[in-house]
Amino acid sequence: MAAVAERPGERTRRRISRRLSGAGPGTYLLLALVGVGSAFPLYWSLVVASHDNSAVSAYPPVLTPGGELWHNLHRLFDSGEVNVNFWTALINTTIVATTVTFAVVLFSALAGFAFAKLRFRGRRALLLTVIATMLVPVQLGVIPLYIEMVKFGWINHLQAVIAPNLVSAFGVFLMRQYIVGSVPDELIDAARVDGCYTLGVFWHVVLPAVRPVAAVLGLLTFMTTWNDFFWPLVVLGPQNPTIQVAVSTLASGYVEDYALVLTGTFVSILPLLVVFLVLGRQIIGGIMKGAVKG
Amino acid sequence: MHSPTEPRRRSGVRGRLHRLDAKVSPYAYVSPFFLLFIVFGLFPLGYTAYVSLTDRTLLSSDTHFVGLENYANLIHDSYFWNAVGNTLGIWIISTVPQLLIALGLAHLLNTKLKARTFFRMCVVLPQVTSLVAVALIFTQLFSRDYGLINYVLQLFGIHHVNWESGRLSSWFALSVMVTWRWAGYNALIYLAAMQAIPGELYEAAAIDGARAWKQFLHVTVPMLRPTIIFTVIISTIGGLQLFAEPYLFEPLKQGATGGSARQYQTVVMYMYEKAFAGTQFKFGYAAAIGWGLFLLIALISLVNFLIVRRIRTAEA
Repeated sequence: MAAVAERPGERTRRRISRRLSGAGPGTYLLLALVGVGSAFPLYWSLVVASHDNSAVSAYPPVLTPGGELWHNLHRLFDSGEVNVNFWTALINTTIVATTVTFAVVLFSALAGFAFAKLRFRGRRALLLTVIATMLVPVQLGVIPLYIEMVKFGWINHLQAVIAPNLVSAFGVFLMRQYIVGSVPDELIDAARVDGCYTLGVFWHVVLPAVRPVAAVLGLLTFMTTWNDFFWPLVVLGPQNPTIQVAVSTLASGYVEDYALVLTGTFVSILPLLVVFLVLGRQIIGGIMKGAVKG
Repeated sequence: MHSPTEPRRRSGVRGRLHRLDAKVSPYAYVSPFFLLFIVFGLFPLGYTAYVSLTDRTLLSSDTHFVGLENYANLIHDSYFWNAVGNTLGIWIISTVPQLLIALGLAHLLNTKLKARTFFRMCVVLPQVTSLVAVALIFTQLFSRDYGLINYVLQLFGIHHVNWESGRLSSWFALSVMVTWRWAGYNALIYLAAMQAIPGELYEAAAIDGARAWKQFLHVTVPMLRPTIIFTVIISTIGGLQLFAEPYLFEPLKQGATGGSARQYQTVVMYMYEKAFAGTQFKFGYAAAIGWGLFLLIALISLVNFLIVRRIRTAEA
């Protein structure tokens, strides 16, 4: 091959362009179909949510949004008609997801900093323990955790869904890897020579450096917490629900009222959908990064 | 690694404080994780083992130690084995197509695409949707009388399929929900791994005369094997704990029985039914179901592992 004479940079570029085959019309067509398949169920929830129930049973089915969305939203939020308070649910979920996100990012960064840059006895063993906890299916502990919550008096209180989620082994590991690779020891030495305690080093050196990965971890944590269902269903009743519990309660109370149920569903998806449209690139990067770290 | 950072030797109180800080603070920084894990992870886990040996119901004070009775009952409990069968069945018919589709999608995305981010966003959009929303939207789409899916089938002369009432048909509907939500996520994971495959391998294959399909089969797939194993493990752990979709697929959405004939009740649903649905509150028995599920997950992971090792030695 003639590549011998080429400059290395050029060679790499050529190799990549060679390796990635061009996308033909077939590729675009297939991907467009996948896109339609991905978006359709969400679009469909909007269609049903913007009609009254007679449209659901119409033949042939109605495929375009109608004008009843405001009416359905009014039924959902303000009429006092439904069996669960959606305002409470939205506020609760916002509180839970925000608290959990901040705690996970902060605790992960602190622990990640200690594991990456500080020397202490038992460091290796403790890090291995963190990784090992990722393999334990926590669902298994649901029954005793529930008993614990009863003892604490936390049933139907938001602490019950916040407290068990304040830390994340995946978060600690992700932060540790990132800090090892991106915060030079010299920078930390310099700060300590200047008289910083470790907390000062964390605050002035580490925290600014981990901002990109903190954003990714925060986004993924927020989404997971917003969508969490099983545990909130177990410990929170319809009186003080998260949004997922509220939607599920609504669906069990209004079995035939598809317009109302899918209005609730649509409301529950909308905030994350907005976040996704604005920050989708970061979310994708986060998923792919998580994949590489395994 | 660079030698650990030590503050320059100082004398006096400040120096002593610094040394104390260097010694103690690391433990303070990792302690939130361990404290919370012990209280909300480790302790409950150990406690489940104990609870499963009692006849505990909710918080009744007269809890008796019953030894292995719960487990003995579990082995003869046909509802439990029915739930195990359903869970395995739904897991297989949702994991296999999901991972195959993901592989194909990643292959499509691993090209010189215009609007790359847009297409990637299309693929992960379902992942952003909550389990509850997925379940409710698809339950409507699959409904017998007014569902869009039955409407389309009707155009081909198939009338009023009652997806919910049949065993295989309900499994199929559930597998569609799972596949829809997770295929794109796995595709992104495969894509990340595909991008790390060195180009030389493709060049070599091309020189050997391998066309695109052969390259995919003989270069891409073998190089992805660790990633494929990773996704299989993740979907096993997730799939065997399936709950939200079948729970909400039920018309009344609160019994957790998985249909009138328990045709799609999963193990987690059965655990939920015993502990929280209705008035049974059989916590001891539910804890035993939990351990049954744990064994099932461990067993299948072991089988996965053995198969993988078998393939490796066969190749070596």
